Amino acid sequence: MLSLPFMQNAFLASTFIAIISGIVGVFVIARNMSFLTHTLSEIGFAGAAFGIFAGWPPLNGMLLFTMVSSVIVGQLSVKAARREASISAISSLFIGLGILFLSLANKTSSYATNILFGSIIGISRANVIQVIVLSAVVLLVLLFIYRDLKFDSFDHIGARVKGLWTNILSIIFLVLLALSVSVAAQIVGSLLIFVLLTLPAASSRYFAHTVSGMMVVAIGMSLVGVWGGLYLGYITNWPVTFFIASIECLFYIVALGYNHWRQG
Amino acid sequence: MTQSPLLTVEHLAVNFPDHQVFQDLNFTLQRGSFLSIVGENGAGKTTLIRALLHQLKPSAGTISFFPERKAIRIGYVPQFRNLDEEYPLTVRDFVSLNLSGIHLPWLSRKERQAVDTAIRTTNLTAIAKRPLGMASGGEKQRAYLAQALVEQPNLLILDESTASLDNMMKYELLELVKKFNREQNLTVIFVTHDLPLAKQYADEFLLLRRSGYELGPIAKLPEDALISADRGGETSHA
Repeated sequence: MLSLPFMQNAFLASTFIAIISGIVGVFVIARNMSFLTHTLSEIGFAGAAFGIFAGWPPLNGMLLFTMVSSVIVGQLSVKAARREASISAISSLFIGLGILFLSLANKTSSYATNILFGSIIGISRANVIQVIVLSAVVLLVLLFIYRDLKFDSFDHIGARVKGLWTNILSIIFLVLLALSVSVAAQIVGSLLIFVLLTLPAASSRYFAHTVSGMMVVAIGMSLVGVWGGLYLGYITNWPVTFFIASIECLFYIVALGYNHWRQG
Repeated sequence: MTQSPLLTVEHLAVNFPDHQVFQDLNFTLQRGSFLSIVGENGAGKTTLIRALLHQLKPSAGTISFFPERKAIRIGYVPQFRNLDEEYPLTVRDFVSLNLSGIHLPWLSRKERQAVDTAIRTTNLTAIAKRPLGMASGGEKQRAYLAQALVEQPNLLILDESTASLDNMMKYELLELVKKFNREQNLTVIFVTHDLPLAKQYADEFLLLRRSGYELGPIAKLPEDALISADRGGETSHA
């Protein structure tokens, strides 16, 4: 299986995607941004469709749309009372735009399917390098702001009192999230970003109780999901995304069960 | 004992578009003192704390820290934090969050020692590895205190920190704070509605009224401070 170049590319890209998703996901869960992450992925769909329309690689279109809109989306969802309505409005608009761009580009529905649900066959060596470079950028920035971001994410009140630059931190994190969404969408597709960017981190908090511990568990769960998904997809010829989603959901159900047992 | 001011508030006024919270507020906080700020809801206690923390710009007046604001480390313990029962971090990890400002992701040996000390002195050693979400109300407040103390502050602000605690836990927390105040010369501002608690632990009071304020040694705190808080229109000094 690993002698096939496209599988090598898929394994390599998915390994980096799993690592980034595990780390960023812990902050996504702590900052209660799962829904916003989903919106960014829908914006990513519109971006990828725009890329196809403009004759660019879809990832570039995705990066452009998610990064430009991430801060706007973050600002619109600051007020809890209108967060869900604002996010729903943005999601609808961008899904509509995505369909429009695909239609204008005269592409078939298989393009939309690939963007929405991911396609491992389409990952080239150039894509892998792009994923690795983007992952390295996310990791480096995270390393630099790690302590402050950790404080703000896990104790926002304490961080504000300390005088940390919480607004700037929030903007930096949104941009990092936009990058991560675009990267993760390469494997699971934009519609199932949840699977890697939120589920492993959400499960990890029941098994580990330090930030670094949660990251290790989330990365482990993501790696098992993507590697297992690629393997099962290869031997069954079923969609890889289906297996990744099933594995991560299984982890989440086990985590909830473990928590219930521990508290009971 | 030579007195040395930690902060001075002069002619402080805060106005919101629809109302004036207070005006011409003046007081000095000496190092090592224990000041209780009391007053009914809406009298401006939280507004004053926000102004001291530089979270709010006063309409007039000045707040001066000595020797300078940068040299003063402020520890803050709020009444509430949005930490539910599934909050995942251990007590120890939560306490260490306040060690920020350094870009290394891991804690240095000195920082680990500071966390150990904060945990030990707030009697949290036994539950240090337990998730904070599973801790009792009193344990959570002690963890908030430990987090505030981990950077060895010069000034500790307890903002209604005892409001959600039962009687025993309130006294337990204040005993701890008083110990730090006495033994380490920690300056404390204790915002509260609980007059007996303020009288037992504070040295001085600042009573904020909607129409003025009173300041003085805690023994002179009026018994009816919160009952008839809005009775007069004058600013007075006890």
